[in-house]
Amino acid sequence: MQEITVSLIVENVARLCQEANFDLPSDVRDALQEAADLEESSQGKRILGEIYENDCIAQQERIPLCQDTGMVLVFVEIGQDVHVTGGSLTEAINAGVARGYQEGYLRKSVVADPLHRKNTGDNTPAVIYYDIVPGDQLRITVMPKGFGSENCTALGMLKPADGLDGVKRFILDAVDKAGPNPCPPVTVGIGIGGTADKALLLAKRALLRDVKSANQDPDLAALERELLEAINKLGYGPGGLGGRITALAVHIETYPTHIAGLPVAVCLNCHAARHKTWEWRGEKVE
Amino acid sequence: MSKELQRENRGYLNSGSSQQCGSGMNDDQELIQIQLPLAEGITKELRVGQRLLLNGVIYGARDAAHQRLIAALEKGENLPVDLRGQVIYYVGPTPPRPGRPCGAAGPTTSSRMDRYTPQLLEYGVRGLIGKGRRSPEVINAIRKYGAVYLAATGGAGALIGRCIKEMQVVAYPDLGPEAIYRITVENLPVTVAIDSRGENLYEIGPAQYRRI
Repeated sequence: MQEITVSLIVENVARLCQEANFDLPSDVRDALQEAADLEESSQGKRILGEIYENDCIAQQERIPLCQDTGMVLVFVEIGQDVHVTGGSLTEAINAGVARGYQEGYLRKSVVADPLHRKNTGDNTPAVIYYDIVPGDQLRITVMPKGFGSENCTALGMLKPADGLDGVKRFILDAVDKAGPNPCPPVTVGIGIGGTADKALLLAKRALLRDVKSANQDPDLAALERELLEAINKLGYGPGGLGGRITALAVHIETYPTHIAGLPVAVCLNCHAARHKTWEWRGEKVE
Repeated sequence: MSKELQRENRGYLNSGSSQQCGSGMNDDQELIQIQLPLAEGITKELRVGQRLLLNGVIYGARDAAHQRLIAALEKGENLPVDLRGQVIYYVGPTPPRPGRPCGAAGPTTSSRMDRYTPQLLEYGVRGLIGKGRRSPEVINAIRKYGAVYLAATGGAGALIGRCIKEMQVVAYPDLGPEAIYRITVENLPVTVAIDSRGENLYEIGPAQYRRI
């Protein structure tokens, strides 16, 4: 068994919130550079150049990549042999978000009540998902999610008879409807199966995969490639002003589902596909 | 094109402080210097796809501020800021670090403001800066009132923030990032997305590359 104090969690969540907002993951950066080589439209090339430049400035000057520093999603994988001491894990994560957003001069974008809409002032609460796994390690991933892309989320409760063709059509249609609004080039996370909420969570988690990764199932990997190609024929391009590269990647995750259903969820991430992970294994901090 | 529009091909990155960044820029289009506020005659001459560098004062306002502005207009009250002839930027910037005028300040999605925009254009707002599509009602109002919709690059918050030289809250401070800001910009790069004839780059651009 390993013990971890909440203060270490607060400190690291605060750090992750800032790093995620200032520093694009290297796989995303590489994919954007590759996109700049492939893009044919001059507006698109210009916008990819601006995005590259923006990343450079954000990293050097510790200014957020985007003014929408998001609502924070936190994915926690906690080993069943880890004991959290000194307070509540959920409170520690929220305290870390509050500290990170204050210290990093990040925008506080969360309202306490969706109808009354008064800002909470510290960007909390985060949306936190916990997975209890074997072992004595802790893994926390912070994903600040902007709402330009979040507002483009689509959920389809398709019929089993709609089949693969129906699924493809639903996904393409969702990306087409979103068009320029989610700040393309986007990454497309897709969840197929489960229940409605499970499909959405699969789609959201799929956005955390390495941009270049493919699903381990060869059929799903082929479907990812086919959909990416189809999406990049929609014509939106960088910034949605016209071009070849509307998406950098399509990531599909699936789960068993009910005999009567075929849930499909599409989550989009803007080109600033921000996330950072911290892994703790006892004294060894990675 | 009128003589009033001064054309100048100049890197808008020169206004920044950092020396290392800048290698990635790829802006070979002609850049047109624009002095704000926009004269009515100039707005009508702007053409879809043109690249502009804005200089002068714009007003930052987004969802909640729009809601209040429209409520005031509907009650026949004076607005807290005179926006006639002005340009509205859909922005909610991050707090600046000490000693800086501004943090990240890229555009937010314009379509959320669509329901308010025709009334603001009727009132006299002349230009809009944001990102993404507009509704047919907004496009009609842009045409009717001879206004212009300008696209800034979504997600380029740090880059755009550098063009902001001064920023102060001028109305609704209780709204925090959604307050109305008076923003002084230098060489703010934008693209004419919908011109006063209703020509729309968000239609024209993708149509050229659509293959389905």
